[in-house]
Amino acid sequence: MSTEDPITKVTMPKWSLSMTSGKVTDWIVAEGDEVAEGDELADVDTDKIAGALEAPGPGVVRRIIAGVNEDIPVGGTIALIAPADVPEELIDEAARAAREQLDTGAVEEVPGPVTGVVRVDGRAISFATLGEGEQTVLLVHGYGGDKNSWLFVQEPLSAQATVHAIDLPGHGESAKDVGDGSLDTLAGAVLGFLQQQGIGQVHLVGQSLGGAVVTAVAAREPGKVASLTLVAPAGFGDAIDAGYLRGFASATSRRELKPVLTKLFADPAQVTRQLTDDLMKYKRLDGVQQALDTLLGTLLDGDRPGTDASDLLDQVRAPVQVVWGRADQVLPVGNADALPNSARVSYVDDAGHMVHMEKPSAVVDAVAKKLEE
Amino acid sequence: MARTISYREAINEALAQEMERDPSVVVMGEDNAGGAGSPGDDDAWGGVLGVTKGLYHKFPGRVLDTPISGSAFIGAAVGAATAGLRPVAELMFIDFMGVCFDQIYNQAAKFRYMFGGKAVTPVVIRTMYGAGLNAAAQHSQCLYPIFTHIPGLKVVLPSSPYEAKGLLIQSIRDDDPVIFCEHKALYDTTGEVPEDSYTIPFGEANVVRDGDDVTIVALGRMVSVAEQAAAGLARQGVEAEIIDPRTTSPLDADTILESVENTGRLVVVDQATPRCGMACDISALVAQEAFGALRAPIEMVTAPHTPVPFAQSLEALYIPDAQKVANAVKKTMDWKK
Repeated sequence: MSTEDPITKVTMPKWSLSMTSGKVTDWIVAEGDEVAEGDELADVDTDKIAGALEAPGPGVVRRIIAGVNEDIPVGGTIALIAPADVPEELIDEAARAAREQLDTGAVEEVPGPVTGVVRVDGRAISFATLGEGEQTVLLVHGYGGDKNSWLFVQEPLSAQATVHAIDLPGHGESAKDVGDGSLDTLAGAVLGFLQQQGIGQVHLVGQSLGGAVVTAVAAREPGKVASLTLVAPAGFGDAIDAGYLRGFASATSRRELKPVLTKLFADPAQVTRQLTDDLMKYKRLDGVQQALDTLLGTLLDGDRPGTDASDLLDQVRAPVQVVWGRADQVLPVGNADALPNSARVSYVDDAGHMVHMEKPSAVVDAVAKKLEE
Repeated sequence: MARTISYREAINEALAQEMERDPSVVVMGEDNAGGAGSPGDDDAWGGVLGVTKGLYHKFPGRVLDTPISGSAFIGAAVGAATAGLRPVAELMFIDFMGVCFDQIYNQAAKFRYMFGGKAVTPVVIRTMYGAGLNAAAQHSQCLYPIFTHIPGLKVVLPSSPYEAKGLLIQSIRDDDPVIFCEHKALYDTTGEVPEDSYTIPFGEANVVRDGDDVTIVALGRMVSVAEQAAAGLARQGVEAEIIDPRTTSPLDADTILESVENTGRLVVVDQATPRCGMACDISALVAQEAFGALRAPIEMVTAPHTPVPFAQSLEALYIPDAQKVANAVKKTMDWKK
């Protein structure tokens, strides 16, 4: 099909390395509905995660191809969006082709992120890369998170840029030794990654602890940073839910962890069994408990924040923007008042601390704007 | 990085990583290094089903071949544990525990208690259990209820490769004697297992599947049978919650009770014979602690109270299957006062 094809195919996304198929558990839109880019189209369930699939572009939902609970391979067309004036015959033809592709299993496999490991200061740092654009984006997760938490952000941004997501020391598949656990040590790991990958200019995106880390990176190497996007960042303001952090670090079973995790989201239903199980699997790895305990020392000073990144921000030359969920219970949105006026803040409704998982399009839009500037 | 490996490989990896980490970990058992008197170099079997294969060369002098004398080498392992080693002894079949039972239940299980906490016995006895390989009455039993009966022993029943690795590492690091029961029909099953070392704590059940209609507690090899049954039941609109206790001693009563409080129905699936077994034990627990929540009598799906038959057709009938589990679930769903 030519690039001027007026019909936009909505396809089954690839949300994890191991994901080969998924199913629509519920269609949020119906045929004939007009949608804008980013509108939620359907609830999609994979063996790993469940989430809402957003419209890749504006138009009218002309055909729904995939039935509810039908197993669809990644890349398979599940719906067609087109302007209202595209003739029915064209839509029919495209729908027939899409249906046939599903029925014959002729869907081409969509490449997933490329994963790799670099060594920085003797520590293995694991990363996943998606996209081949000229500009580079680096995504840095928060306390207890990992590179996979960016799935809903990394995929859409990869259309415009080369998007890396890394595991900080002590997290994911990186080495579990965090040294002194200081912001400086963590920033050193990120800088080492950039250096080893030969990345000159980078758009940095960090959530929570990762927000403080990328601020420290931008302060140390201001010339390397094209833009700084902080998502519910640590290190600004003086409100923090110390109980959440300690509860996360000390939970030793799924039953202890689950109620703690509900504080991360505006909608507690986001805390699925899979999410809790995956986090328990992470917490059981050798060395993780010590890493989390050490990092608590960075994040907390008694019941107050233990890190102040506002001074670091003075040394940052790149434009700074902030995305904050209004329902954040871990680092309340009021902390944004501590930011300098030069930092543009977008407030996101119905989003908690994990904005990038709960309302990924808010983060995607913010970063995409910087890529276009 | 998690990759897909077999149950057998997961156990081997756990042993290798712990031997690497802790020089006091040793492995001993029959045919671990090729059989008594053999050079053990090229013909190392790695135990009867090849689980310890490769360790003999990786850890010279720490993989010990033993004579076919369970009483002798299990006793030696228990003694070595009290003297500072962390032995992992492989007793080919759980059916052979009879000849070394004194060393386990009257010695290893009692030391910590009788010496006022001053002695620890960090021994792991790995052993195969279960029917399905046509190995007849003396090599197919599920005798873990006997060990669960004895205070002072910890009893572990891994149901998947992920469970096998994490529970075995926990077993080796644990200071008490652990009976680690491997179902022989699980060795070639595969699943995602992290490369890094990790531990799964004892006494923490895994909720394998969420459901609101009925709770199925399934042990070891029976977990996948329950999953198969649940998939079929879901097509008929019945959502089963499946709980894998992972360890029978300690037993995670809370997770089972919480689930039954929600579903009001319990089916226990165990391949062991029914009398004085885990099915009775868990049923009694629920009847006593969650009686008010029950909406139907508890169902137990177990082997019959007979030796394991040799004839393949009879052995197939002997082992609980998905159909029997589904029938039991339907019985609880259809029950009317």
